[in-house]
Amino acid sequence: MITKIKLTTPLSEQVVEKLRIGQKVLLNGVLYTGRDATHKKMIELLDKGQSLPVELKGQIIYYVGPTPAKPGRVIGSAGPTTSGRMDIYVPRLLALGLKGMIGKGKRAPEVIKALKQYKAVYFAAVGGAAALISKCIKEAEVVAYPELGPEAIHRLVVEDFPAIVVNDTLGGDLYEEGTKIYAAKEH
Amino acid sequence: MIINAEIASSEKVPMCQDTGYAVVFVELGQDVHIEGSLLEDAINEGVRRGYSEGYLRNSIVGNPLERVNTGDNTPAVIHLKLVPGDQMKIIIAPKGSGTENMSAIKMLKPAEGIEGVKKFILDTIKAAGPNPCPPIIVGVGIGGTMEKAALIAKEALLRPVGVLNPRPDIAKLESEFLNDVNALGIGPQGLGGINTALAVHVEIYPTHIASLPVAVNINCHASRHREAIL
Repeated sequence: MITKIKLTTPLSEQVVEKLRIGQKVLLNGVLYTGRDATHKKMIELLDKGQSLPVELKGQIIYYVGPTPAKPGRVIGSAGPTTSGRMDIYVPRLLALGLKGMIGKGKRAPEVIKALKQYKAVYFAAVGGAAALISKCIKEAEVVAYPELGPEAIHRLVVEDFPAIVVNDTLGGDLYEEGTKIYAAKEH
Repeated sequence: MIINAEIASSEKVPMCQDTGYAVVFVELGQDVHIEGSLLEDAINEGVRRGYSEGYLRNSIVGNPLERVNTGDNTPAVIHLKLVPGDQMKIIIAPKGSGTENMSAIKMLKPAEGIEGVKKFILDTIKAAGPNPCPPIIVGVGIGGTMEKAALIAKEALLRPVGVLNPRPDIAKLESEFLNDVNALGIGPQGLGGINTALAVHVEIYPTHIASLPVAVNINCHASRHREAIL
């Protein structure tokens, strides 16, 4: 069985630098949610010279828009959304000390370069495993932009949230490497 | 993915948080007469209630440029087809955008032929890579006009997974395309593997002498369809 690395947020640069593509991790502590509209709003705040509604230093943003919680539940289904849509916003957030992102799908070369520069990582969670992932979420609270509905910033507290390192601080890309192994021929 | 599907089924929660755009196919018998309110309004009311009572996510923004959530997942996208008979069949096929965003359409030159079609399918799936949560189901529409190709590609996704096209020549193409897609090596979740697609479904339609439209509509493993006959 492959060992899974337990990580607790906030993440330090020392911890992040040791992570390598393909490693399986179990995340613990606080995650902030954010996706398209949230990122646009945060960048607009930065453009105006204002501070963000949450402190991102050492934190992880999880790209997710959960379904509404059924009565008696902490949260609804909460799997990762496609990360590439947030690419254009990422370098500025990394410059503020953001240490990780969780989503699914490829990142732009600019993001991979910024991860090296600012010492941060990109994790993938299993796309479509939203009911299973929701079991790791122990607390959920909207902390900003409630008007955005599923796109509001939620503060989640997670226990052993499973993810895999896709892009590390060395510029590695698990999607590229994984596909290369199995590609039967060049297309 | 299997454990996730089991949890979703036993606890009656969505298997994926993207509970989709409500795409509704209506096959309306020509002898049916609808009284009272508009069919479109009734469908939207059904979507409104279904998404609210089912704790499904409201994922629709009204004006695509202003992007304000409509708050009840309406309006639905409705495709109406007149058929013989006195019944109405309603098929609901909620469609997530992780896969819809990776779909594509191209107007090929007739000279490009089957090879051109195959290349476009493979290029589209390769470009999508891990984004549409593979293993995927691929709907391909070949022929018609631009919108007809897109529509038959989506209709191809309604077919039960892995059921081949009744035409032997098209069924053979489907098997070939599936082999080629799986040879890309993208694999489950895009992490590398031999199972990139579970099925490739192809539908064709007559086209113009100058045209060879090809649409590729991708669906993830959350291939959610339900139908009812009234």
